[in-house]
Formats: sequence, C-alpha cells, structure tokens
Amino acid sequence: MAAAGAGSRSRSGSKSTSKANNPIVTPDAVRPAPVLLVVGSESVFADRAVSNVLAAARAADPETEVERMEAAGYLAGMLSVATSPSLFGGGKVVVLENVEQANEALVTDVTGYLKDPSQEACVVIRHSGVLRARPLLEAARAINAPEVQCQPITRDDEKVEFATNEFRRGDRKITAAAVRALVDAVGNDLRELAASCSQLMNDDETARIDVDSVERYFGGRVEVTGFKVADAAVAGHAEEALVLLRHALATGADPVPLVAAVAMKVRGLAKVSAAGRGSSASMAKSLGMAPWQIDRARRELNGWDESGLATAVMALAEADAGVKGGGRDPVYAVERLVLTVAQSRR
Amino acid sequence: MSVWNDVVGQEAAIGILRRAVGAADELVRAGRGLGVDSAEDAGEAAAVSGGMTHAWLITGPPGSGRSTAARAFAAALQCPEGGCGICHACTTSLSGAHADVSLVATEHVQLRVDDVRPLIQLAQRSPSAGRWRVIVIEDADRLNDSSGNVLLKAIEEPPPRTVWLLCAPGADDVLTTIRSRCRRIGLRIPPVAAVADLLVRRDGADPAIAAFAARSAQSHIGLARRLALDEAARIRRREVLKLPSTLRSVGAAVLAAGQLVEVCAEESKARTTERDAEEKSTLLRSLGAEGLSTLPPAVRTQVKQLEENQKRRATRAQRDVLDRSLIDLLSLYRDVLVLQLGANGREDSIELVNAEMAELIEAEARHSSATATLRRMEAIGVARERIEANVSPLMALESLMVQLRPAA
Repeated sequence: MAAAGAGSRSRSGSKSTSKANNPIVTPDAVRPAPVLLVVGSESVFADRAVSNVLAAARAADPETEVERMEAAGYLAGMLSVATSPSLFGGGKVVVLENVEQANEALVTDVTGYLKDPSQEACVVIRHSGVLRARPLLEAARAINAPEVQCQPITRDDEKVEFATNEFRRGDRKITAAAVRALVDAVGNDLRELAASCSQLMNDDETARIDVDSVERYFGGRVEVTGFKVADAAVAGHAEEALVLLRHALATGADPVPLVAAVAMKVRGLAKVSAAGRGSSASMAKSLGMAPWQIDRARRELNGWDESGLATAVMALAEADAGVKGGGRDPVYAVERLVLTVAQSRR
Repeated sequence: MSVWNDVVGQEAAIGILRRAVGAADELVRAGRGLGVDSAEDAGEAAAVSGGMTHAWLITGPPGSGRSTAARAFAAALQCPEGGCGICHACTTSLSGAHADVSLVATEHVQLRVDDVRPLIQLAQRSPSAGRWRVIVIEDADRLNDSSGNVLLKAIEEPPPRTVWLLCAPGADDVLTTIRSRCRRIGLRIPPVAAVADLLVRRDGADPAIAAFAARSAQSHIGLARRLALDEAARIRRREVLKLPSTLRSVGAAVLAAGQLVEVCAEESKARTTERDAEEKSTLLRSLGAEGLSTLPPAVRTQVKQLEENQKRRATRAQRDVLDRSLIDLLSLYRDVLVLQLGANGREDSIELVNAEMAELIEAEARHSSATATLRRMEAIGVARERIEANVSPLMALESLMVQLRPAA
C-alpha cells in the first residue's frame, strides 16, 4: 500500500506540478552532484545524461572511478563500499541501473544513504518512472537532488524538434524539409533517429544538409504506421494509401489495429463535422479529442460530405467484422476499407 | 402453492413435465431408475418410465422462463408430493441449494471445457439425499464445440437416477449430437397479461407499471421484472428509444453511438466493479496475502487469473446490455412497421409495444416507408450479429446509427 500511496502523491509526468521542488535539468546540462536522479523510460535521454555526467566527472578528475550496479542483483552494503573514499584519491561515480527493480537491500541502503550522502561521490539513480520503488525517488527529491526527466517522445512534431536540436548540438545546418524527411524515414524509434542524425552529420560534408542528402542515405525507406495509412485514405489519395498499407503490412502491422486507426480518423471527422463552429479548445472536452486533432480534422473535412462520411462509417464496421474472422482474408478487408474510404471523399 | 407457480403461460409444457414427474415418482416407488438392465426388462421399463427420460432440452425464446421451468421440474422430481412448493426439497431445489440439484450457468461468453468437466464425474454419483441427481445446464447454448463434445457420453447414458436438464433458446443452439440425445420441451412466449400478473403476484409491482413493463419487454420475464422494479432502467429505455429521432447528421449519429456505448459500459461496470473488488479481496484473504504491497509470484498468477475471468465477465455484461438496447430499438421499428402496414386499425388489431411513445412512432411512420423501416430493422440485426462476432461495439453501432438516420 505504501508504494501506491507515494505514487499518487508524486508527479505523474513532467508537466504536472508537485510538492517536490528539486532542480530539473536537461540531459545536456547535467553536472555531477552528490545524488542525481535520472527518471523516465526514454533510454536515449537517460544514456545521454549518464554519459554527460561521466564525461564531466572525468574532465574534473581523470582518476574518477565509475561503478555500475544493477538494482535487481544488489547485495546489502555494496553502496557504502562503492561510495566510501578511495585510498588512491580520485572521485567516485556510482550508477544504480533499473532502480525500479530494486530489492529490499537496495531500498534500505539508499534510504539510509540519502540521509547523509557523501560529498565526494556522485550517485546516479536511474529509474524508469514506473510505480515501483518510487518512495526512493521521493526521498531523493526531498533532499533537492537534481533530476533529469526522460519522458518518451511520441508526437511527430516533438520528434522533429528533437532532430532539429540534434543538428544544433552538432553545430550543423539542415533544412526543415530534410528534418521532416529524416523523421519520416526513421522516426519510429528515437534511438535510431538519434543515431541517424549523428551518422548524417558525420557523412555529409555539405554546409547545409538538405532533402537530397537525406534521400541519398535513407531514401526508399518509409516506416508506416496505421495512422499514416489512415491519413492518406482520408485525404482521398487512394493510390498512396494502398502503397502505404502494403508497406505497413510488409513491415508486420496487423490488420485489426489498422482498421482501428482508420476508424479513429473517420470518427474524428464525423464528430467534428457535427460540432459546428467554435474554438477547438472549447470543443475538445465534449468531443473527446485534443484541440490539435480537432483543427486537423477541420482541415481534412474539406471534400467530405454527409453521404461520403456515411459510406466510410459503414465500411468500417464491415471491415472490422472482416478482419475479426467474418471474412476469408483480413488483408483484403483492410484493403477494401482503405479504397472505400479514399473514394468516399469527393 | 406449487412449484409451477412461477412458470407462467406454459400450460402445454407444464402438462408434459407433470406427467414426467408422475412417471418418475412411480419409478422411485418401484425402487428402479431409468435405463434398461436386460432384454426381458425392456418392456416393463418402457411401461413404467412412460413420460420420464434421462435428458431434457428445454427451449424457448429469451425470457420465456426456461431456467425457471427447469428448476421447477427439478424441484418436482425431488419432492415426495410431486412439487408441493413448500417442503424442504422443493424450496432448496428452487433456490439452488439442494445437494442433488446442480445448476450450471456462466457469466462469461462461453461455457468452457474446464467448467463442464467436473459434471461428468458428478453425473455418475447416486443422489445423496433426494430422489434424483439433477444437473441443470442453464446456458446450454453457450457450450462450445469442445465442451459440448466432452459431455456427450455423460448425457447419453447416465446412471439410472441421473437426469440432465439443458436450457437453450432453440434446438439449433446446441450441437446436433447433444440435441439428439435429449427429449425436447418447447416453451412459448408467455402472454403479456400472464407476465404482468406474475410481476404483481411475485414481485409486488404496481399493476399499471407491471402491465407497461410486460408489454415493453415483449413478455421477456427477466427484463419486465427489471423495468417494473427499476426506474433508472425505464428512463434508460426511453432514452434509447428517442435516440433515432436525434440523428440529424452522420456526426450526430457517430456521437450518439459513442454515447450509447459509454452508457452501456457504465451500466455493466456499475454491476461488476463492486463485485470484482470484493472477489479480489476475498481471494487475497484466503491466500493470506492481504495487505501485501507486492504479491509473491505464486499468488500473483491466481490473482491474474481472477482478473482475467472478471474481464471476460465484463465483456459479456457489456454485450448483454448493448444487445438489450438494440432489441428495444428493434421494438420501436416493429411498431413503426405495424403502423405503416396499417395492421393496427382493424378488428384483430396488433398492439403497439411502445404505446406510450405513439407520437414519436407515428411521426417516424409518416416520414419513412415500410421498405426503409425493414431495411433499418435489418441493420439492427446485422449490428447485433457483429457485436456477437467480436466486432468493436463502437464501430458496429456507428454503422447502425448512420443507417438509422432519417435521410438514409
């Protein structure tokens, strides 16, 4: 019960406010401190934060000893051994990995350590942000330990921003269209995106990276999600939607979520078509959609009329029955759905 | 007083069952059971067993009282008086507490092999205290292929004093191989007046409301009872019936479908949440894991299994609620069709199910044609089938609502 209680009191994400007011730092700006929190599930940011800390510590003192410990295999006393001053001098950095899997011994030792942290050592607590072992995080926040938040990036515009920042970090120029193309090609996995950015910076010699260079290195590669298929279908681009659908199926997408993605899209259009004018923010709650989704649906509604929407909605239920055993070929059912939806737009 | 009191409007079926009870009584008095021990025995056995047999399939439309009839039959078999309704054997059988009467029903979508396998052993045991061992499967239509096949042998040749009572909406709903091993009793839709009468007599409902409920529920006894006793159910029903008149556009239809699904989910959740939590805490207590923040692995699997079962139950509950709303809608269009075909103005006039919404129904009848109404009823049927076939309820209803729009 204690774990759940602590969880509900603490912050649930980076945006919410909470009672804790320990300093929040970005992965790039992080400096060694007696206790450091690295919280969140996005390992790209977490790894970057940890390696920055190590680099800074080594820059200050080349003799720095680094010790990495897995929380699950922790044995009582290991922390105090690792943080006690070395005979040969030099700083200490202890990285506790996967603290969300902490065993009792680790919880006891860290709780004790936090009451009187050694000023010579730097203890990095790496936690994925799930509910387990959160009391440890709370205790560390209470003593004002700096915190790096590593929230996963999901939205496309956030990914574009991330990639743009990558190039800024590397002090390179890139056109907006090139960033867009890069995110389209390898945007599904953030680590891959980060690696691709650095590869591009190393390989490309031009002063300003443009779409052509991205095409040269990543051309012909499209990572397709159900939403992209849905976007193309709703826009009335039947051919493009079919190509994307084939891509998606070939890369292992399942017909059932594909239908669900198209359904979400069409449902959004239908809801917004009934909502009339008014600011998207004020309608967000009653429609159960985010304001940016509403704005987008309004743009996409261009070319759709009542009978088109009706055809699309009916095709959806039929396709869902088709992919769930009602028809012989689930793939055919999605394909027909995509075609019907694309052709329903005038 | 008799065990048959609550089986309303089924005189023909009760007659057959009463004869069977009489024959069964004779068998018990003669110290015999069902079945034939030897060839010379056969003629005598046939003469004595007469109307009684070892497996019965009670069919009838939903709400006609199949399981009530099965319980009454079970009670009458156990009762020395042939179903007095007041003795210990009768009351315990009717309430499901009799040691020799086993009631099998499921709250999930299917009766699975693991659910029915224990019945095979149970069927082999002689009755402990009563006269017969009676096994009632209230949801025989929910037996799937494998669980049905597992029971075949047990149903075909039970020991002399074992009786199987299976209930299903229709004979087609059980496997052919099971059907052929049972004697079939068909229940009819009970008359509205009989249902209303039962609600007043048994549940103490107000006569006017009971009549309304029986008519609205189209003689579905369980539904009528809910409508008569629960005002929220009456309000919800009225709202569902008004739904089609609000469908001005595709957008409105999609929103309405979303609302309906949400309302149904809430209703089924209200029914299950409390029980879910209680079951979980009971399980944790009996496992000695109460109040632990982290569960030991052995306990965790059990809790997980419970949660899975609860999820299945929730799926079934939500589907049941949705299906009921769709049947309500169907009754609305049935009324519209009655008006459009002019079937209510003549002498042998057909009554409206939703007489209290006559205005709405008349408006709908004026603005559409019989063809359109039939098409809409067909659409409702398709939506029900789709929900049964695991199509996302939201999508099935969206498609339906779009087709119910006045313009469509």
